[in-house]
Amino acid sequence: MAYIFQQILNALQLGSIYALIALGYTMVYGILTMINFAHGDLFMVGAFFCFLLAVYLHLSFVPTLLLSMIGVAFLGVVIERLAYKPLRNAPRVSAIITALGVGLFLENFTLALSPYPKHIPQLLENTTWIVGSLSISSLQILIIVLSLALMVILDFIVQHTKAGMAMRAISWDKTVVPLMGVPVNKIISVTFAIGTGLGGAAGVMYGLAYPVIDPYMGIMVGWKAFICAVVGGIGNIRGAMIGGFILGAVEIMVGAFFPSTYRDFVAFTLLLILLIVRPYGILGKPQPQKV
Amino acid sequence: MSKNKTIYDHFMKRWHTLTDKKYFWPLFMITGISFCTAASTFEFIDLYLQLILIYVGINIILTVSLNLINGYMGEFSVGHAGFMAVGAYVASLLTVHVFPTGAQNLLFPLAILAGGLAAALVGFLVAIPSFKTRGDYLAIVTLAFCMIVKSVLENIDAIGGPRGLLGMGKLTTLPWVFFWTALSVWIIRNLVYSNFGRGVLSIREDEIASDLMSVNTRQVKIIAFVVSSFFAGIAGGLFAHALQFINPRMFDIIKSTDILIMVYLGGIASIAGSVIGAIIYTILLEVLRPLGVWRMVFMPLMLVLLMIYRPRGIMGLKEARMFMPLRDFVTEKLWRQKKKEAGDATP
Repeated sequence: MAYIFQQILNALQLGSIYALIALGYTMVYGILTMINFAHGDLFMVGAFFCFLLAVYLHLSFVPTLLLSMIGVAFLGVVIERLAYKPLRNAPRVSAIITALGVGLFLENFTLALSPYPKHIPQLLENTTWIVGSLSISSLQILIIVLSLALMVILDFIVQHTKAGMAMRAISWDKTVVPLMGVPVNKIISVTFAIGTGLGGAAGVMYGLAYPVIDPYMGIMVGWKAFICAVVGGIGNIRGAMIGGFILGAVEIMVGAFFPSTYRDFVAFTLLLILLIVRPYGILGKPQPQKV
Repeated sequence: MSKNKTIYDHFMKRWHTLTDKKYFWPLFMITGISFCTAASTFEFIDLYLQLILIYVGINIILTVSLNLINGYMGEFSVGHAGFMAVGAYVASLLTVHVFPTGAQNLLFPLAILAGGLAAALVGFLVAIPSFKTRGDYLAIVTLAFCMIVKSVLENIDAIGGPRGLLGMGKLTTLPWVFFWTALSVWIIRNLVYSNFGRGVLSIREDEIASDLMSVNTRQVKIIAFVVSSFFAGIAGGLFAHALQFINPRMFDIIKSTDILIMVYLGGIASIAGSVIGAIIYTILLEVLRPLGVWRMVFMPLMLVLLMIYRPRGIMGLKEARMFMPLRDFVTEKLWRQKKKEAGDATP
């Protein structure tokens, strides 16, 4: 029984990281109907920022987290301005390919600068509490609580602020909203900043939880987070959170009860079954095609 | 345009009259194969260059076949490496474990064909979810499929699991690569310009409208996926026997991304574009090799710049005349003649 609770805790930890990354995919998709495939690599850049700040500047946890988030958010906005903005009216696929290209660029640029995997130092004192036969580490609790807090803040921003209202409006109707005096470019930049900033936070947490980082770590995690976003219904923010926790739970539970090499197989088969049963994700609404 | 004809124009005119001939493709096939055979037996092309040409050929097959789904049918499939993996493993298992060692050279095309057929079977399974899901959701289905293939291959210990499979002879030679490349280009060209191909294009433009125009969209999708994955499997088989070693990690999402980049670099819905894209990408990667790690920094940068300044790729939606079947020219000529006879001034 304790084993299962232990795994649930692990699942929450992994799931919250997935959910944070998936939020970036889903926010960008909601507002631009474009899949930002560079997002997984921005997550990786977040982990590397964390490494740089912690090793060379000897910062403690909170400034590292904040500076990494700001750095990645800035990078995300710059990428949007330079690479995606010229393609806003181009065919959708060229924007996707550009995103893939930007992702490859980030990976290989990081690889060229730091060819070896890096080890992130322990930024926080990690105490482990033993409850019965259950061992709970403070890091795990911190990751779960922090990402839940970030999600609550995001939900607040999207639902209750003016910028959030503009975001929802743009994802609702792209042609009318600019006529109402909404500064579309600014809102898109804000969306990118928030989405990629969350990705950067996820990178820092991932780096703390699994301390060895390398330039290619963003690919697999990024695609998986994308899957979370789709499972929840892409474009739907609460759906992305649910999708993240579902995929985290599935991966950890499969790893707990089967050989760990079956993890991807079972996870993706479940995904396929889910997409066949609900082709628009859990919270996504089927969009009837108009003729 | 100046009216002075350059040597280039004269040459192109000759070339076009040649490509319009009915015997062009058989002729092209025979000359190419004999040239490649001569090149590999007498080695007047050195081995390094031959290897690069082999990779160019394999990449052309992959790109042209993916273009059928992503370019002509307008879906977004990201699991092409998965089909490739199926073909590579089936073909290599046949040559390593099943076929007698003495007759490997003779049976090699059979192994490749079997790899292609196995991949086609898997492509048939992937086509089924494409009836209902479209766009990003179909992309996820193909992505998940690619990961499942990789994961399954990693978990079967009999074929080496994550360690991979080796022991294939170096059976992929330049003539064979040329043969399969020309064959795949020729088949896909004919397919695209056939009745069926018009159906594929109509699905890209508007699926509902094409359904209403009595295009059997399900059948068209199945055939497109089967043909595309068949050639991906063939490319996989060739790839395995050129490298003589395969492992599941070679066929992950990065490989799929590579193929996608070649397709969109060359331009969607254009066979000439696919050929050019594959050639440029493969050769540029080799030429930039002295740059070391930085070549992989410049390549994506160039791709992004190309996409910004030319969003449809090099040849997007345009086609070289060589890859258009003769029939079209005949009908077009007849059509123009009729219009002229009818006295219609508008072209």
